[in-house]
Amino acid sequence: MNYLPLLGIALVVLGFALRFNPLLVVAVAAIVTGLLGHMPFLKVLGTLGHGFNENRYVTITYIVLPVIGILERYGLQQQARALIRGMKRATTGRLLIVYLGLRQILAALGLTTVAGHAQTVRPLVAPMAVAAAEKQHGELDEATTERVKAMSAATDNVGVFFGEDIFLAIASILLIQGSLKSFGIELTPFQLSVWAIPTAICAFLIHGGRLLWLDRTLSSLPRSGGEGDRSAQLSGGGAEAATGPSTIRSAADGSPPHPRFRGDREELL
Amino acid sequence: MINLHWLYVLAGAAFAGFALSSARDRTNSRRWGNGAFWGLLATSFWFGDFLGDIGNGVLVLALVAIAGAHLLGKGARPSTTSQERKIHSDRLGNKLFLPALIIPFTAFVGTLAFNYTPLKDTGLIDPKSVTLILLGVGAIVALATCYAWLRPPTFAPIDEGGRLADSIGWALVLPQMLAALGVIFAAAGVGTTIGAMASAIIPHGNIFLAVVLFALGMVAFTMIMGNAFAAFPVMAAAIGVPILIQADGGNPAVIGAVGMLAGFCGTLMTPMAANFNIVPAALLELKNQYGVIKAQVPTALPLLIANILILYIAGFRL
Repeated sequence: MNYLPLLGIALVVLGFALRFNPLLVVAVAAIVTGLLGHMPFLKVLGTLGHGFNENRYVTITYIVLPVIGILERYGLQQQARALIRGMKRATTGRLLIVYLGLRQILAALGLTTVAGHAQTVRPLVAPMAVAAAEKQHGELDEATTERVKAMSAATDNVGVFFGEDIFLAIASILLIQGSLKSFGIELTPFQLSVWAIPTAICAFLIHGGRLLWLDRTLSSLPRSGGEGDRSAQLSGGGAEAATGPSTIRSAADGSPPHPRFRGDREELL
Repeated sequence: MINLHWLYVLAGAAFAGFALSSARDRTNSRRWGNGAFWGLLATSFWFGDFLGDIGNGVLVLALVAIAGAHLLGKGARPSTTSQERKIHSDRLGNKLFLPALIIPFTAFVGTLAFNYTPLKDTGLIDPKSVTLILLGVGAIVALATCYAWLRPPTFAPIDEGGRLADSIGWALVLPQMLAALGVIFAAAGVGTTIGAMASAIIPHGNIFLAVVLFALGMVAFTMIMGNAFAAFPVMAAAIGVPILIQADGGNPAVIGAVGMLAGFCGTLMTPMAANFNIVPAALLELKNQYGVIKAQVPTALPLLIANILILYIAGFRL
């Protein structure tokens, strides 16, 4: 058994931890791993190139950027905020819970790429979530804005991860079926996808609970002016209540909060 | 038959447009770096199948060199100001959402229409990539709608798309690079080595402990490889099949399905899953590139515990 290629994994971890450029880290780790695995350099280079070329579909979603960009030019994000401000009962948590449920259901129907970070989170979900937080809380400091945006992206991920396996013909179900078949264990996709349902329900409850808790922490923050909706007080999220606040707060530790004027933020998100 | 290659031609055109637009952006002091980066990506989409493995490898090294030498920058190219955007949005109202919704709507209705009507038998679209192809169709329809309705300057979509691409930067190709790294890991036998090590430390006789180690192994290996797909065959061979299913008599459907979902909890917690965790941080212009991961850990850990309990109870006690 050749244990040397495992050094490639150590290189990745070290490189990410030291915050070198991730592309550089991955390329160096790939070449080192290949060489330690007794592959000649040209073979390593060719394998890397082949792997890159075969996986181009991973980068395909960015063909939506021109459409999203042109709509932003004509005020899409501003309109997303205006829509939320007009909804009396909309809060960040409730909005994201609806998106979570919708994303899980769509993914369970096999429609994983109809929504996503480029397609829906940046142009629609994140600006709406920030606008709803502003309604609850007034003007937001940078740390809170970051937390709300990060939760929008997180909600998209949780929704798609823990919905898609309910669909029969998704890649991961077929992979499980194929892997077990190689050990002589024959299963149908239906037998497997049924067992994705309990976890999907747990994911909705746990993440939904955290979103309700987010609402609660948002409305308990000191208000910084602006019009808002005081009715946003909601009960906390059950089991999450114990771990919620400290861990949510830690998400904002990256940069010291400082107030920013409105026009600046409009440009950034 | 319309297959992924049609989409690659379209994506190549988009990135070639971003390259020209970024290279002409005089507000960006590193505009040539950006132009070269998107240009290489356009080359990959258009000509990747003709370059050969070594040629593609050299292309990858060039992309890495540009990013690693910090030759990518962000300009402040003229778009509309936030005041102008406010005026536009007040004038256009909620109709602005329609073009944005055309893309998911086309992909959604199109996929259903394709799968549940005789369209499937016409061989028009490659069944393996229906939704992705319809996503591309939706993007074209939405863009045409924008031109007809908003009448933007001719090259505005490319300039605005290039602006977004520049703001994402190198993170845009990281997921694809990690996929290539996975290919190297497989070729060098990293997976089989880890599997052998995992099966060597497994205790026999304690089902609950074996379940915990299976789930934690899925999480750890997923976090290293960046996706649970790479972890599953390894952990299934090391613990899932020989210990949980064959020796302890667990329900194979539960072990397989929930084992994979335990791995997904790891995907929520690793920068190696760049398309889910690092790209959105760039796309949403977060200050902390690990901000999305930090927001996900408090969901991932309780959910991992839930998965372990489901594995144990449904796999062995029902």
